[in-house]
Amino acid sequence: MDCTIEVNNKKIEAAKGELLIDVLSRNGIRVPTLCHMKNYLPSGSCRMCVVENLTSGRLITSCSYPVEEGMRIQTHSPRVVESRKTIVELLLSNHPDDCLYCVRNGKCTLQDFASEHNVVERRISGKKNDHHKDLSSASIVRDPDKCILCGRCVRVCEEVMNVSAIDYINRGSRSVIGTAFNKGLNISSCVNCGQCILVCPTGALSEKTHIPEVQMALNDKEKMVIVQYAPAVTVSIAEEFGLEPGADLNGLLNAALRKMGFDRVYDTSFSADLTIMEESAELIHRIQNNGVLPMITSCCPAWIKYAEEFAHDMLPNLSTCKSPQQMLGAVIKSHISEMEQKDPHQIYSVSIMPCVAKKFEAQRENMTHRGITDVDAVLSTRELVRMIRLYGIEIDKLEPETADSPLGVRSSAGKLFGNTGGVMEAAIRTAYYKLTGKDLVNFRIPEIRGFKGRKETRIRIGDLELGVAVVSGLRNAHLLLEEIRNGRNDIHFIEVMSCPGGCVAGGGQRVGCGESDILARMKTLYTIDDQETIKMSHKNPEIIELYREFLGEPLGHKSHELLHTSYIKRDVML
Amino acid sequence: MKSGIAEVLEVHEKGRRDTLIPILQEIQEKEGYLSEEAVVEVGKHLDIPSSRIYGVATFYNQFRFQPTGRYHIQVCRGTACHVLGSATVLEHLEKLLHIKAGQTTRDGLFSMEIVACIGACGLAPVINVNGEFHAQVDAEKVAAIMEEYRKREETL
Ligand code: SF4
Ligand code: SF4
Ligand code: SF4
Ligand code: FES
Ligand code: FES
Repeated sequence: MDCTIEVNNKKIEAAKGELLIDVLSRNGIRVPTLCHMKNYLPSGSCRMCVVENLTSGRLITSCSYPVEEGMRIQTHSPRVVESRKTIVELLLSNHPDDCLYCVRNGKCTLQDFASEHNVVERRISGKKNDHHKDLSSASIVRDPDKCILCGRCVRVCEEVMNVSAIDYINRGSRSVIGTAFNKGLNISSCVNCGQCILVCPTGALSEKTHIPEVQMALNDKEKMVIVQYAPAVTVSIAEEFGLEPGADLNGLLNAALRKMGFDRVYDTSFSADLTIMEESAELIHRIQNNGVLPMITSCCPAWIKYAEEFAHDMLPNLSTCKSPQQMLGAVIKSHISEMEQKDPHQIYSVSIMPCVAKKFEAQRENMTHRGITDVDAVLSTRELVRMIRLYGIEIDKLEPETADSPLGVRSSAGKLFGNTGGVMEAAIRTAYYKLTGKDLVNFRIPEIRGFKGRKETRIRIGDLELGVAVVSGLRNAHLLLEEIRNGRNDIHFIEVMSCPGGCVAGGGQRVGCGESDILARMKTLYTIDDQETIKMSHKNPEIIELYREFLGEPLGHKSHELLHTSYIKRDVML
Repeated sequence: MKSGIAEVLEVHEKGRRDTLIPILQEIQEKEGYLSEEAVVEVGKHLDIPSSRIYGVATFYNQFRFQPTGRYHIQVCRGTACHVLGSATVLEHLEKLLHIKAGQTTRDGLFSMEIVACIGACGLAPVINVNGEFHAQVDAEKVAAIMEEYRKREETL
């Protein structure tokens, strides 16, 4: 701290060149922001964050202004407050005003700011926005009428995802956010990650909801409705019900889902174990048979679409394993339907995911087998919470229940799938066993844990030294792939997750999570791993049973038919 | 035959993003408009996403994304024309043809563009259709003029 500034008549220490907003927030002064994004270069476009610089007599944007020695600042002077209020009123002047019908009602930054600034009458009225909603995507709904042009979506899409499906189009009062030629998102390069939804301050971006379909199925007496939930989901909903962020509500969730009327409740962590059985077998097969390396994980559908668009040269490197969602779906519509003596068409298979790309994945052509879809509807964590409320369930008052068997037992390795690095860790544990016949004593692999966007390590398995890399955020994936294209050959296995931090920070999760919420979720998954006894996928008794009863062996005939898939080159407007 | 797009790209260095605007101008010069193909190809050449190119191109009024119609209407929005009511003229044309400036009618007959002073201020407000100047136009007159072109087309 090498300089002193005065904020609201009080001296404050700061470091020269530091952004004013960071100094303010460190000192407990909250300034409203719209375009500002932590850890990004400032854009300074919305002017919501203005403060008064008494030294120069000017209003300055605190998100982009570096501190200067001796500067004197007022953060909530009448002039500042009035200016912020005007900005909100201008944003509202062309807004559709249908908050009551908006998916973000009650969770909208624009609403919050209007209320904080006491906007209670319309002082500025303008022509209402009148754009088409873009309903073309399987995952994302765009409602440009509600867009306030903060640009945050454009920035994540470009800077984190390296996709740039969307950008500012036109100029001045006709500006909108859109795709090339204003086409539907479905034919753009959008990979459906949903990270743009998470940063959108309004209802302009949301998931394509499947709640009505699921309700219909639940009301249909003829249908057997089966649900699965992803590993990250159980640790991501507590805060919605006033419980501690990151707390694991697994048992309560099982109970809640049964209360809603789901006939069978399964844990996708089970099929995460199944994925590990297949994927580790595939890795070993590639290594022992001079197959294409590095092998790259295939559980993240946003990454898959990205590779199909931007990395055609790497398609042979992708594991052919379906994702856990699709594997469980396939087992439900085959093995379970047999066991339950139901026609697969009578089964309605729902999955609950921290993800919106999974909605796209579920409707991929090759996820339908002889006219039977693996998964019929996909709900995001956000939709799950809405449904729990809709059914009037007070989740914290329920008694915990266990998931249904036979697909209900999981290893803690499968549960780790929710964290970046989790798939890798689980796969290494099982590959180690398969190659050496022994279990890893140190089951934790700390080098590939944690939030970082790129992690690498080397693991000794017998006389094999395995180079592994874990990336999250597709820009990080791109950078790693570039190294490999340029000749790097010391890596055998790569895990890619599109969402920075992995599915715990997925595009289907609660909007407005802070870093601390995400870290809490991660921590819980590692704690579960520490505490539970079955820590390896190959030790999961129901997995062993499923292979004995139904599948045969990993990479066997049935597996190929049900659990593996193929990829295509996608020709979109890049 | 090489496409206009390829011809333009050939003479511009790959990856030089600062050449985006001149490249787009040259392609429009050759092809009359910027097609989807043009945007995608330019994107590959300069390593810029097509959404960004479209965004930049729509920022400027000079680019069009549909081929021009058989009758290309330039509506002057220069000062003299503005003072004498070119805004109303434009608005009427937009209603009449159901297109906005920069667009082309579905039947491909008319396209429209806004231009700055075309040096005929004495005739303001003025429109120029395929080089034919129409002087002192108003809502009624443009309707008649468009009708005229439509008829001309039918008798061809
Ligand atoms: S879903 Fe992901 S890829 Fe698609 S527009 Fe949003 S950020 Fe970009
Ligand atoms: S869609 Fe949302 S995030 Fe994107 S610019 Fe509009 S308001 Fe901002
Ligand atoms: S990282 Fe997880 S949540 Fe994000 S797109 Fe991939 S699978 Fe979905
Ligand atoms: S938040 Fe500072 S200008 Fe937008
Ligand atoms: S202003 Fe229209 S011709 Fe000069």
